Amino acid sequence: MLLSPALEISAVLFTLGVAGVLLRRNTIVIFMCVELMLNAVNLTFVALAQPLGIGGQVFVFFVMAVAAAEAAVGLAIILAVYRHKQSVSLQNMNLLKD
Amino acid sequence: MTGTAVDLIWLAPALALLGFVLNGTLALARPATKTAVSIIGVGVLLGAFAIGIAVFRSFVALHTDAPVVFQYWSWIPVGSLQVNVGFQVDQLSTVMLLVVTGVGSLIHIFSVGYMQEDPGYARYFAYLNLFVFFMLLLVLGSSFPVMFVGWEGVGLCSYLLIGFWFSDKVNADAGRKAFIMNRIGDFGFMVAMFMIFWSTGSLDFGTVFSHAPTAFVAGGGAITAITLFLFLGCTGKSAQIPLYTWLPDAMAGPTPVSALIHAATMVTAGVYLVARCNLLFAMAPVSGAVVAGVGALTALFAATIALKQWDIKRVLAYSTISQLGYMFVAVGTGGAAISAGIFHLATHAFFKALLFLGSGSVIFAMHRAYHASHSHEDAQDMRNMGGLARHMPWTTTLMWIATLAIAGVPPLSGFFSKDEILTAVFARGTPQPAWLVFGGLGLVTALLTAFYMTRLMLYTFHGPNRTGGEERRHLFEAPWIMTAPLLVLGLLSLAGGLLNVPELYHGNAWLQHWLEPISRSSVALLPETHLATGTEWMLVGIAVAVAAIGIVGAWRLLNLETIVPAHSAPAERGFARVLRNKWYVDEIYDALIVRPIVWLSREVLWKWIDQQVIDGALVNGAARGTRAVGWANRWLQTGQVGVYVAVFLVGVLLLLWRAMS
Repeated sequence: MLLSPALEISAVLFTLGVAGVLLRRNTIVIFMCVELMLNAVNLTFVALAQPLGIGGQVFVFFVMAVAAAEAAVGLAIILAVYRHKQSVSLQNMNLLKD
Repeated sequence: MTGTAVDLIWLAPALALLGFVLNGTLALARPATKTAVSIIGVGVLLGAFAIGIAVFRSFVALHTDAPVVFQYWSWIPVGSLQVNVGFQVDQLSTVMLLVVTGVGSLIHIFSVGYMQEDPGYARYFAYLNLFVFFMLLLVLGSSFPVMFVGWEGVGLCSYLLIGFWFSDKVNADAGRKAFIMNRIGDFGFMVAMFMIFWSTGSLDFGTVFSHAPTAFVAGGGAITAITLFLFLGCTGKSAQIPLYTWLPDAMAGPTPVSALIHAATMVTAGVYLVARCNLLFAMAPVSGAVVAGVGALTALFAATIALKQWDIKRVLAYSTISQLGYMFVAVGTGGAAISAGIFHLATHAFFKALLFLGSGSVIFAMHRAYHASHSHEDAQDMRNMGGLARHMPWTTTLMWIATLAIAGVPPLSGFFSKDEILTAVFARGTPQPAWLVFGGLGLVTALLTAFYMTRLMLYTFHGPNRTGGEERRHLFEAPWIMTAPLLVLGLLSLAGGLLNVPELYHGNAWLQHWLEPISRSSVALLPETHLATGTEWMLVGIAVAVAAIGIVGAWRLLNLETIVPAHSAPAERGFARVLRNKWYVDEIYDALIVRPIVWLSREVLWKWIDQQVIDGALVNGAARGTRAVGWANRWLQTGQVGVYVAVFLVGVLLLLWRAMS
């Protein structure tokens, strides 16, 4: 009975996350948007676990573990980049170009 | 396993291989070693000869007609093709074993003296031992593949030893020429092997020969093709028309090598092969006639060239080709004539080895004399010699014995063996007149042989000396270690005929009876031949008369006083010039085969296919294509993470859309 609203919220959250990743330049914000997308997916898993079975809830724990690991590594990278460039803006990170 | 000394047969090639390994190690580690190398090199050969005698004696004692076959291990087990490494001891292989190790031992001993001063002494003996190993593999192998390994191996050693002094380009070229010409023949051998396996399902001599009468139609296309391909192999290895031109050039190697490889043993491998496969050749009458015909033509052709050569070794080389032709006439005739061919093979090994080693002594003496006077004349040109009999009495006497033997003067060895061949050929002429022509060619060759050999002896050892006064004081007989093997070979050339004194002289024709089990199966397939005793005596008379005419003719016709040393000699004119230039065969081959192949390789294969197609279109083309694709795609790589994410998103959406619809 709450399935449809839950999926709708999840879709909105995911779209917000994608838009943030695409439009923002600040790495920290992009990072937060990625987390937002992950959590939107988590919400879908939990919601769909109601009719389809426990598998979805189990998967959420995996996603959270991966997200935690990603946060640790990602923040460390951002920190390292900031020490190097004194900036966390994506515009300054274009070493691959030419 | 027979429980007798025959079981020791593996030791003979193993000893030679051991000699190669030890001498090869010494050649790499301590190239200056001489004494140890001589002891190993000669020792293993004498050991192999002793084993050969022991094996032969016990095999005689077995009184068996069937071959004794030893299978040592499985070599190529592939489906229905089962090839074992195995040796076969029978009447034919024991004779070859004794000739190879016996004459080989004498030549090894001679080499100790001849090569004493050479910096490559250890390497030389390593190669020589390796050669004997492969030669024994060739004659003892119990199947075609084992024989083929020996066949290739002796070719390799021949190449290595012809180009032994490889720092001279001429010698290296001669080695390559020999190797390549041999490869043409080997191709024939291999095709023949494939076809034999195709028809009989086996490559073992025993199985092939027992299946042959049922597997092949006598006189049919398959057996004719097989035997002709086998004979192509023989023309390469045994220097017959059309592949003979490598042998005269092979004289670039050290003289004992010419004696061992290019006179006594390796070049007779083709004769051995035809004798071994006599059943197959008897089933293909056309091939038998081709073998005999090519042999007869080669015998005559090479003899004409030998008439006008000045290099002492080249005369002997053409003489070898000519005598090999004789042997092919015999084995091509087939049946009981096989024994005549093998008989001539053995006696030829004796007297031709003696002639080559004798010429080695002469060259050795000339070389030392020129060395003493710091002259750079050709030590092998007979025009620079003359009158050496006064300085080298032993060599002169022994070489005269060999000359009379090869000319066919009774009662020396060559008389019996050559006469045996002529008798067999003329006997075959009664049912098949073609053989009368071959016999006629053989008689003309005998005349030329007597002539050119006498010419060689006269120019080298008699008449006035042409070396020059300074050199004359330094001309000496070779040391005893070189003369002693000559002495043994001289005795063998004198008495070798005792092996097979025909019944015509109330002899027991030992070799002929000994080899009967080898040729028994083919005798029944060939037309029966018989010569009346009167005709046989007439043939003997003609052969002796021909030899006498040749020798006396040379003696009367050649004027020893008018010869001038090589550097001031005028060029020949007319027909003599054609003979001097070997009928221009090398030039014809060069124009017809070598140059078109070089042109094809250079202009088409190299400049067009390799440089344009492979390098240009394929290799560089692939690189150019990759670069163009990369250049077209580089605008996608902006370096902006946002763009990548956007593209990623588009991709995901596309995938989703595809999955939905």
